[in-house]
Amino acid sequence: MSLILLIEQVLNGIQFGVMLFLMAAGLTLIFGVMGLINLAHGSLYMVGAFAAAAVAGWTGSFALALIAALAAAAAAGALVELLVIRRLYDRDHLDQVLATFALILIFSEGTRYIFGSFPLFLDIPAALSGPVLLPGGILYPLYRLVIIAVGLLVAAGLFVLIAKTRIGIQIRAGEADREMIAALGVDISKLYTLVFALGAALAGLAGALVGAIQSVQVGMGEPVLILAFVVIVIGGIGSIKGALIGALLVGLTDTLGGALLPTLFATFMEPSSANTIGSAVASMAIYILMAGVLLFKPSGLFGAT
Amino acid sequence: MAREPLINIILFALFPVTAGVAMVLDEPFIITLMTKAAILALAGVGLNIALGLGGLVSFGHAAFFGIGGYAMGVLASHAQSYTPIMETPILIEGTKSMLVIWGVAVVAAALAALLIGVLSLRTTGVYFIMITLAFGQMLYYFAISWPAYGGEDGLSIYIRNDFPGLNTLDPIQFFAIAFTVLAAVLFIAGRLAKAPFGLALSAARQNPERVETVGVAPFRLRLVAFIISGAVTGLAGALFADLNRFVSPTMFSWQTSGEIMIFVILGGVGRLFGPVAGAALFILLEHVLGGLSDFWHVYLGLLLLLVVLFARGGLIGTLAGKETAHD
Amino acid sequence: MTEPVLEVSHLKKRFGALKATDDVSLTLMPNEIHALIGPNGAGKSTLIKQIAGGLRSDSGTVEFAGRDVTALGTVARARAGLGRTFQISSLAMEYTVLQNTVLGALGRDGHVMRFFQPVMKNRKLVDQGMAALTRVGMADLATKRTADLSHGQRRLLEVAVALTLEPKVFLMDEPMAGLGASGSKRLTGFLHTLRAEAPILLVEHDMDAVFALADRISVLVYGQIIATGSADEIRRDPLVREAYLGAEDAA
Ligand SMILES: Nc1ncnc2c1ncn2[C@@H]1O[C@H](COP(=O)(O)OP(=O)(O)OP(=O)(O)O)[C@@H](O)[C@H]1O
Ligand SMILES: [Mg+2]
Repeated sequence: MSLILLIEQVLNGIQFGVMLFLMAAGLTLIFGVMGLINLAHGSLYMVGAFAAAAVAGWTGSFALALIAALAAAAAAGALVELLVIRRLYDRDHLDQVLATFALILIFSEGTRYIFGSFPLFLDIPAALSGPVLLPGGILYPLYRLVIIAVGLLVAAGLFVLIAKTRIGIQIRAGEADREMIAALGVDISKLYTLVFALGAALAGLAGALVGAIQSVQVGMGEPVLILAFVVIVIGGIGSIKGALIGALLVGLTDTLGGALLPTLFATFMEPSSANTIGSAVASMAIYILMAGVLLFKPSGLFGAT
Repeated sequence: MAREPLINIILFALFPVTAGVAMVLDEPFIITLMTKAAILALAGVGLNIALGLGGLVSFGHAAFFGIGGYAMGVLASHAQSYTPIMETPILIEGTKSMLVIWGVAVVAAALAALLIGVLSLRTTGVYFIMITLAFGQMLYYFAISWPAYGGEDGLSIYIRNDFPGLNTLDPIQFFAIAFTVLAAVLFIAGRLAKAPFGLALSAARQNPERVETVGVAPFRLRLVAFIISGAVTGLAGALFADLNRFVSPTMFSWQTSGEIMIFVILGGVGRLFGPVAGAALFILLEHVLGGLSDFWHVYLGLLLLLVVLFARGGLIGTLAGKETAHD
Repeated sequence: MTEPVLEVSHLKKRFGALKATDDVSLTLMPNEIHALIGPNGAGKSTLIKQIAGGLRSDSGTVEFAGRDVTALGTVARARAGLGRTFQISSLAMEYTVLQNTVLGALGRDGHVMRFFQPVMKNRKLVDQGMAALTRVGMADLATKRTADLSHGQRRLLEVAVALTLEPKVFLMDEPMAGLGASGSKRLTGFLHTLRAEAPILLVEHDMDAVFALADRISVLVYGQIIATGSADEIRRDPLVREAYLGAEDAA
């Protein structure tokens, strides 16, 4: 494989990783602060994508579409938190899994009811479409670079939010001791709704951004959700830094595995079986990565033990 | 608390009675529905050993269900095409014998559960949930990307496998097979729960520290429970594939794991007959609501949500009262 | 000279800046009741956990029945014969009282991997479980759910479960707490007879019980043993008086 192709794959991997980070950050934040495992996070991703596609369809504006995605996902998140999720904080993980699984069913079928079973399409805005020339003569889609930039900006923003702001201090305190910060007069239920809506908005943003390079359809959230789980398991649940590093690891492993493993296997096998075995192993690569990490660190790379 | 056994008996009798009435009325579709319910219940009984007794929230039992399914698919497809599975170093041929297929399904699922369990059981809580989920996905993607047995499209088997002395294509006879297997496994699972192993396993769920203090390692208990649980779900997978005469990667999907979990929860966690009630209710809902609306999953979701939020004992818990029966 | 059954040497445990166990050494002789006393937060429970295996020590060794068990975990130490009761009851709460002691008997018996015969119909295990309950005076509560017991009853059940293990050493963390005056008195009498079966390392705040039972007393303050001796020696020890009564009274 040529170097240019390799660099392209690395960039693809980073783009995929950054998108996973947007999902994983919300999940890990919600788990870290509220101790809640939220399967419906993928539904919020889907809500963002559908809102963006619908608004882009009506107005033709990608900026409005992004705003709609953020708003719709945050609103859906806040609503779900108020109606269902807050009853689950004191429940065991089994109840949380089941209730949020039920939410997936409701969201997915509800969306199918409203938008039908056919995929929607969201176009990349003209200003961001087409390739750019990178140093070294590599042509790479501008839009994917923008996704990487947005993801890294969000990551930086989250680190600042958590490390520097009042809300961040409350979030960190909430992770440490729920009762204590309630006793200090912080309105804990408002804080929880806020954190949940924030996580939802990030998922919605991811959905909208990815919606422009894939089709927008019911069920699009769950594969991403499961990958985001792998990410936070690798990174350590509750850690934003772990989510970022885990997301990049997973993104790169998945993309490079798919591109490189069949070639690698071809060095010692006949090409046709190298191709099948290579792609079969590649499809499992991130899970093998996860198993490997857990073998040595059962609570992830940056998880509290 | 004498109500629970009574409810169990009625519930259980409902299966053969419904199937029998359907036979008399010549409604093979209903018999097939009851067969499906019995097989799904079996998958749930398997999960319930890990989940209810051991407190192991496995979100990856589709792995074992799928392995059972593919055990049947692989063996039967080689038998129907008269090609051996493997020639070197030893000759392995396909088979249409249900009993052999079950054996292979159980052993393969148990081995997978051993591997997945050894890795997953090092973790607890959410990590365990997510890891089991991820292992299920791993097999799902493997099944999709492995072209030899149909890849994404799955694999059709033209004729149902053989059972000595029975015509397995006759719906009522196949129902009888599935129901008998369910009954036998329920009997074994019931004994298991009350045996020394069950006492220790359930204690490890309630309080692992207590079990360690009496000199028993929770890890070993959980691993063995996970293996038994996976093996039972694998057996259900083989039967399910035989029922449909079709296997596909969907059997490995996380939705399948979620549904097996739903059977357990709708019926009542940790209750022997919980998965039986849950699977029956699920099939009933699928049939009734599915007939009313294309979007019946919305109602299923709402029902599940209500059960989790307000009726934690599930169907049997609601009918029999809160307490689980004790000796 | 007789060998100690349990010998703890130079155990240390830090929680961050806090030295919870600070170079503790102590021994437990055959048939001895060795009481460990000290103010709240002195590190008594931490030390018991380190001996029982639930908490890994930073350094130091635990020797038990002539064998270095420092590297072993809770399960292996329990199997070697360390019988522990918890300060905060640690029982299978959904189970009946009898099921908890049968679990203990099962652990002692070691054959957990049996899948078919009902354990509550196993004569031997049930008899052992009942016998232990009878010894602590809880036989009439056998069928009660553990979650419905009072705190004091749970403490007694802890002791009963430890009895089913037939251990070589008992480690008891405040078994009298919550028992009330008459309950404490009865348990004191019982522990007095129990020492013939196995020595007891007894953490206890109930000083009447301690002074009535203990052959030796060790006083733990801020993770350090400041004195070890007979009841009289401890009563007179100036360091102990200072620790308990404050500097002026000691002077
Ligand atoms: N896991 C832990 N992490 C941090 N600090 C701990 C931990 N366990 C105990 N400590 C601290 O170690 C010190 C000793 O605690 P320990 O429970 O051993 O005291 P104790 O002597 O048993 O007290 P009490 O008489 O109240 O039971 C206390 O300051 C306690 O807060
Ligand atoms: Mg203590």
